[in-house]
Amino acid sequence: MTRNKAGSGASEGRGGRARSLVIITPEGIAFSMLLAGPVARGSAWAIDLACIAAATVFLNTLIRALGPIHRDFFLAASVLAYFIITLGYGMATEWYWRGQTLGKRLLRLRVLDVQGLRLRFSQIAVRNLLRIVDGLPGFYLAGGLACLWSRHAQRLGDLAANTVVVRSPGIREPDLERLLPGKFNSLRDYPHLAARLRQRTTPQEADIALQALLRREDLEPQARIELFAEISSHFHSLVEFPEEAVFGVSSEQYVSNVVDIVFRNSSVAAARQKL
Amino acid sequence: VIVDLEKFILEERPHWQSLEAVLDALERDPESRMSLDEAKRFHYLYQRASADLARIMTFSGEPETSRYLESLVSRAYAEIHETRDRPHRFSPLRWFFTTLPVTFRRHIGAFGVSLAAMLVGFVFGAMAVSLDPGAKEVLVPFPHLKGSPSERVSQEESVQEDRLEGIKMQGAAMYMTHNTRISIATMALGVTWGLGTLIVLFSNGVVLGAVSMDYILAGQARFLVAWLSPHGVIEIPAIVLAGQAGLVLAGALIGWGRRATLRTRLREISGDLVTLICGVAVMLVWAGIIESFVSQYHEPVLPYSFKTGFAVVELILLVAFLTVSGEKGTSHDKK
Repeated sequence: MTRNKAGSGASEGRGGRARSLVIITPEGIAFSMLLAGPVARGSAWAIDLACIAAATVFLNTLIRALGPIHRDFFLAASVLAYFIITLGYGMATEWYWRGQTLGKRLLRLRVLDVQGLRLRFSQIAVRNLLRIVDGLPGFYLAGGLACLWSRHAQRLGDLAANTVVVRSPGIREPDLERLLPGKFNSLRDYPHLAARLRQRTTPQEADIALQALLRREDLEPQARIELFAEISSHFHSLVEFPEEAVFGVSSEQYVSNVVDIVFRNSSVAAARQKL
Repeated sequence: VIVDLEKFILEERPHWQSLEAVLDALERDPESRMSLDEAKRFHYLYQRASADLARIMTFSGEPETSRYLESLVSRAYAEIHETRDRPHRFSPLRWFFTTLPVTFRRHIGAFGVSLAAMLVGFVFGAMAVSLDPGAKEVLVPFPHLKGSPSERVSQEESVQEDRLEGIKMQGAAMYMTHNTRISIATMALGVTWGLGTLIVLFSNGVVLGAVSMDYILAGQARFLVAWLSPHGVIEIPAIVLAGQAGLVLAGALIGWGRRATLRTRLREISGDLVTLICGVAVMLVWAGIIESFVSQYHEPVLPYSFKTGFAVVELILLVAFLTVSGEKGTSHDKK
């Protein structure tokens, strides 16, 4: 992870490209925003293109219906309307919805100032006006390549406007009750070791264990055995519990016990266990 | 201490939802203003969400919740910590008569380079045609201009009726949109460190020079001036202004002699780019109307003296507008 003096930085992904934009607030809170890749952005733009096409067809139908009143005027209006819609759609929607077009809203993407500040109209205008260069020589090749190569997955318009496109995920609460249905946890009989396990487990390791339990029903039987054996062996290496605590406990149950210790309030769980 | 995620979410979620509701309301209605109590509450919710984020990131936690909180805090951060001037309510008249000309003058050097690129192209095109009249075939991309100028002039001047009846407005719309697209491309190509912008300006100058020399050599200079000048005195400077915007962008990217970071340099000029390109669009709307309703009519329908006189008046007004208008503008515009 790198950070610069301006209060923003990036966490690195494969090949030196950042996966997230890190912003440090004056309160000292660091938060990161997941950067949207070319595929997600391309999908959002495809939806936007469909919206532009639909709006154009609707307007043309309307204009054609009014055409006989003053053909020249309405055909001129049609030309201007098409131009204004293609050029103004991105600007208008991103300004009105604070960095989101309809496509970006549907795919939960958002344009953000690269320093996390509020978007200004000039930034939105510049990034949309530069689409013309990003689209060269065709099919967004220049923009797509810039997006792949730039550190913050920025197309040329984003680079000039100091903007990035991030993903804004929605909240999803894990259902721990379904996951850990109140079975006896032999590891809780050793509170000092349980505390050490909580201390030594990183959020990433805890997440791997939690996600493995959440998705275990999707795994092939053999893969399931191997995966939990590997994860439990890792947690065994973090803290060694006495033989009687782990005797007869399968790898999967051991991982389940670890998740119970890591994610659940110890006093509440212990009280539940006594009941 | 490890966060009890379930309990933590249950306790804190109402506060996150309140903050989200405030942010949604702000995003729905950007013009809305908070009362002091609402602003205090907003700040409290922001700080609480920040503290929650710090807790959940320090201790073990569920990544989806962390990401949700990060998203929430970042949105609130953008609202609370934006220290740049809030744009005042947009006034089209003030923008047109003050902001646009002041911005043009602030980047007069870039305008000079842009004009020079087009003039070099003009001289090149004119010389190429004067030395080799056959070069017109290569340099002029428009089929209707590849024929003999004299034949075209005699054909145009023999027309008595309004041959553009019923298509003038469409023509104006086509001229406006086409030229605006070219101008946007000229500006946007500034991102190629100005090389693309200079090439577009040069190539436009070449075509203009080649056509002009072709008509001059054919003894049709009077027709040429009367045909091109009514819209050209606005359209050509508009393209040069678009080139100016492109070179301003290129200057910010290159940053010669500047100690500011690339981000700062780009941040400084983004408003100017939009001002210049919007000014270009306004000029091209006018030029499109004039090209369709005035320039395409020739003697005996419209006397050349009228068309040339009209162009002179336009040029004087344009020069006065760009050089004098907004002199009494605020310090903000001159910054």
